[in-house]
Amino acid sequence: MLIRLLALIHKEFLALLKDPRSRMVLIVPPMIQLLVFGYAATFDLKDISYALYNEDRGTASRELVAAFDGAPAFHRVATLHAEGEIAPLVDKRAVLVVLRIGPRFSADLQSRGSAPVQVIVDGRNSNTAMIALNYVRAIVDGFNRAWITAHGLPAPPARLETRAWFNPNLESRWFFIPGIIGMLTLVTTMLVTALTVAREREQGTFDQLLVTPLRPGEILLGKALPGFLIGMVQGTAILLIATLWFKVPLLGSLSALYAGLALFLLSGVGAGLLISSLAVTQQQGLLGAFLFMVPAVILSGFATPIANMPAFVQTITLIDPLRYFLVILRKVFLEGAGFDVLMGQFWPMAVIGGVSLILASWLFRHRLY
Amino acid sequence: MSAAQKPSLRGGGLMRLKGLVRKEFLQIVRDPSSIAIAFVMPIFLLVLFGYGVSLDADHVPVALVAEAPSPDTADFFASLESSHYFAPLHARTLAAAEQALREGRVNAIVHLRANFAEQLRWSDGAPIQVIVNGVDANTARLTQGYIEGAWGNWLARRTASQGQELATPVQLEQRVWFNSELRSRNYLVPGLVAIIMTLIGTLLTALVMAREWERGTLEALLVTPASMTEILLGKIIAYFVLGTGGMLLTVGLAVGLFDVPLRGAFWLLWACASLFLLAALGMGLAISAVARNQFVAGQVAIIGTFLPAFLLSGFIFDIDSMPTVVQGITHVIVARYFVSIVQTLFLAGDVWSVVLPNALALLLMAAIFLGITWRKSRKRLE
Repeated sequence: MLIRLLALIHKEFLALLKDPRSRMVLIVPPMIQLLVFGYAATFDLKDISYALYNEDRGTASRELVAAFDGAPAFHRVATLHAEGEIAPLVDKRAVLVVLRIGPRFSADLQSRGSAPVQVIVDGRNSNTAMIALNYVRAIVDGFNRAWITAHGLPAPPARLETRAWFNPNLESRWFFIPGIIGMLTLVTTMLVTALTVAREREQGTFDQLLVTPLRPGEILLGKALPGFLIGMVQGTAILLIATLWFKVPLLGSLSALYAGLALFLLSGVGAGLLISSLAVTQQQGLLGAFLFMVPAVILSGFATPIANMPAFVQTITLIDPLRYFLVILRKVFLEGAGFDVLMGQFWPMAVIGGVSLILASWLFRHRLY
Repeated sequence: MSAAQKPSLRGGGLMRLKGLVRKEFLQIVRDPSSIAIAFVMPIFLLVLFGYGVSLDADHVPVALVAEAPSPDTADFFASLESSHYFAPLHARTLAAAEQALREGRVNAIVHLRANFAEQLRWSDGAPIQVIVNGVDANTARLTQGYIEGAWGNWLARRTASQGQELATPVQLEQRVWFNSELRSRNYLVPGLVAIIMTLIGTLLTALVMAREWERGTLEALLVTPASMTEILLGKIIAYFVLGTGGMLLTVGLAVGLFDVPLRGAFWLLWACASLFLLAALGMGLAISAVARNQFVAGQVAIIGTFLPAFLLSGFIFDIDSMPTVVQGITHVIVARYFVSIVQTLFLAGDVWSVVLPNALALLLMAAIFLGITWRKSRKRLE
């Protein structure tokens, strides 16, 4: 029996790796993607282009402008001399932020103790706009604090002392890279498994497989293992890139991470095989995998937190295996979690994997098209 | 025998073309998986992005700890409790609040020390300790911003009630153009037009064409009087119509259901969408002509076009903040140009200085990809 099974697994690997193009597609793109997406997926603004329209000639406005010019995230691309120059620049996206200082700024600041400064932000991408506003506010707050101390004004009765746990500099890359590991592993596993049965169905070799002495359970195992092993190898490779290249801290238990990866691959392989056994053609298999993957990524909390979704959508996310794996990845990487904290994430993936595998093997026998 | 020698589009050409387009439509309608991609997926994505997914955090769970509750601490907490941005949770000790943060039950802790009321009267003010969970850096920043907002309101109220003036030398007046409420839906839903058209134009087209290569049905078609040009045109027309349908559906729902303003001209949006669709179709056909295998074509279409349309197009992540090399890569992502056009046409209006260069880039890319397809398809059969 073991020999039969090994032969089947051997055949599955051959089918996958024999063609140089499909071999390439399995190995190279995920690495490139991790590198490219790892750099692309961040909400931190590194280069806010801004324009300055300063009608004031006093020293105070010069100090404020110096604070902006000295901030590494800000980059002045234009200095304006008329109000009419603002709109065209913002419209064509040449600048994200316009800082406008009125003619009486320094005088008002000296005589009345306070003066307004206008900041205009391009809101076409509201998230970027909000982050840019936060950066502007931080610079102005710093200026205000310095001004208050320098001029002996009364300090506010209370001040905030903020600290961030697990990610002290609030680098959003640390949040996204573990997520990309989960996403890429899912994509490869699904693509490998979703086509296995469908390909044989389309070519008519599945009937031949069914009349061999192999039992459905054995066929299932033979079909599941290649996807599982490829997922493991790929997962390990991108894990290494994440820690060695991107230097995302890996604080928690590696064994808990691998246990999570194994269960996640189980559920991914299960979903892939289920789709594959439902599909009659390869095309249906591929599109089916796609129809599963896209919602799975969007609903997993990869880019937008699950907590921000409405209640009924949050309920749907419960059947998304990626949701659990992302929690495991982020908690193990950044919070240093071990098995004890993660139990609640392990068992749902095991259930999803088990149910879909059982259904898939049932369909092997019962779906004859 | 070869495709190049055949007269194209003369005499019975139009009839043949009609037949080919009809065949494509029948293939789409009869395969449940292509219906799912062309119709179900767009609606699903729209509903999800319109209602489900949001970057705007609301009701952030925050643990409030006052070591010595007093009217002053209650006054400060009231400013957090009255805001819809927070779902406050009172914790008795800092340790309990930290435990809640570790377990993920709260995203932040606001901690007032035992001598808070007393320190308020000191010259350098009372420290308010804030701890946020930094794993999700974006939510952490938003939460921080909300807490700062509540703190600012409380300060202003408190100093005013004591008849004093709060020293804020520079007062920031913020103006957000084009999307004054900063609704993330207003930029996510227009961006979806690009995603949905990539789905239909590239992914579906690449798979359908790769299947014809793989199964040899393309050769079968070629021994009929239909030429390669006509076969390609048949595919382009069919999927162009399908993609336009997807675009109209998305724009209709965006404006009608999700209240996203369309400030630019509709005809301009339509024209740019058509250019984008041509480029996307060209990409799909080029991928399939090079790959000639469904598995590889599917992988390349997802990895090379769909994921980049999500991550590298400026749909979610800001392109200017990417490293130079990655920014260079975004220039070959077709969706990049179209995302910039739709965001501008929807929210800002007809800004020609944005639309024209991007539309030209789309035209160029459409020409390149269709050219590759044409060359590759001819070569293979000679």
